[in-house]
Amino acid sequence: MQIDLRTVAIKPLRNTFDHLVERFGDKPASRYQEGSYNIQQESVFHYRPAWDADNVLFDKKRTKIQMKDWYALKDPRQYYYGSYTIARARQQDAAESIFDMVEERGLAELIPAEQKQIALDILVPMRHAEWGGNMGNAYISAYGYGTVITQACLYHSMDHLGVAQYLTRIGLVLDGPDALDKAKDDWMDGALWQPMRRHVENLLVLEDWFEIFVAQNLVLEGLSYPLFYDHLDSEFSANGGTAISMMTRFMGEWAGETAKWVDAQIKVAAAESPENKAVLSDWVKQYRAVTLDALTPLAKRALGDKAAGVLEDVLTEFNARCAKLGLAV
Amino acid sequence: MSTVFIAFQTNEDTRPIVESILADNPHASLEEQPAMVKINAEDQLVIRRESIEERIGRDFDLQELQVNLITISGHLDEDDDTFTLSWKN
Repeated sequence: MQIDLRTVAIKPLRNTFDHLVERFGDKPASRYQEGSYNIQQESVFHYRPAWDADNVLFDKKRTKIQMKDWYALKDPRQYYYGSYTIARARQQDAAESIFDMVEERGLAELIPAEQKQIALDILVPMRHAEWGGNMGNAYISAYGYGTVITQACLYHSMDHLGVAQYLTRIGLVLDGPDALDKAKDDWMDGALWQPMRRHVENLLVLEDWFEIFVAQNLVLEGLSYPLFYDHLDSEFSANGGTAISMMTRFMGEWAGETAKWVDAQIKVAAAESPENKAVLSDWVKQYRAVTLDALTPLAKRALGDKAAGVLEDVLTEFNARCAKLGLAV
Repeated sequence: MSTVFIAFQTNEDTRPIVESILADNPHASLEEQPAMVKINAEDQLVIRRESIEERIGRDFDLQELQVNLITISGHLDEDDDTFTLSWKN
């Protein structure tokens, strides 16, 4: 008996979902598109929420920023649940092996006392500020509008929790559980931390979700991450605290990656209309001043005489970044 | 005139790659076969890292092409930014 093998090409009957065909045309869609576009609930809300009777459940009016198409605020990293968790799992593995190495070889004991103290005084209490970032971004994903931005904000929110956990582990590695109690006391009562705590707590009660996005993701992160994980980090390395630099590697890497996403959101929103641009620019100006006030004492503690110069560098870079995004600051 | 070609497996990973090759090489033609896409082009075919990165939203190393590559024909000129097939050498 003879068997003939032949190939049969089976054409799929449909390329993708109808709601994606409406937006992108009839062609296969990427996983990111499938999980992000045209799925914001827009109608059939039934009742208005009792806790906010002026708005429907998902309402465009909850921010001053207005967009014709909210799906324009896409994530350049194209994170959907799968790709996001895969990317972070890989980074988590790397971080884990760094912590293992620092613990196994006792590298923390080799850090000069002065550098260690700076890390305990500055980095460890920052975990409470990270928790503020977690809350703010979770708020955006709850009350924001447009699945492409709310989805990314939820990831961002979880990332902040991750950073807080790394900072906690740094405290544990450097000085055991007492480091965390001490950091909490500093955060609650230490004079150094009160301006930062006030600022973070003020962000917790904002109602406009895009304002939180600007204040937290653009301004606070845009100023504090370069200060702590770039400038202060080089100080650690230069003075024998390489182990601390190793343990903060994720934060530096993460800040670079997420800044691209934040930039893309601000750029698109600012280009949408002169009104948006004005509102965004005002927010940046308003929060830049308070954030700098909050960071100044911390920078002085961390960098001593160099603090003023470094803060100025950070500010110049930040202003250049905002100008590139089309903001008038 | 002679033709160069490149063939990939048809999957999630290669779709943006094929898309960017077709965008960068307007003279190229697509041949869809079961589980394989073949791109034919007269004389030359250029694959650019930048246009792939634009579509996938992350850094891309051109050597990642090899994972889903089935076959190529043509002399290959490869650097960090481009992957070029031609008969010019």
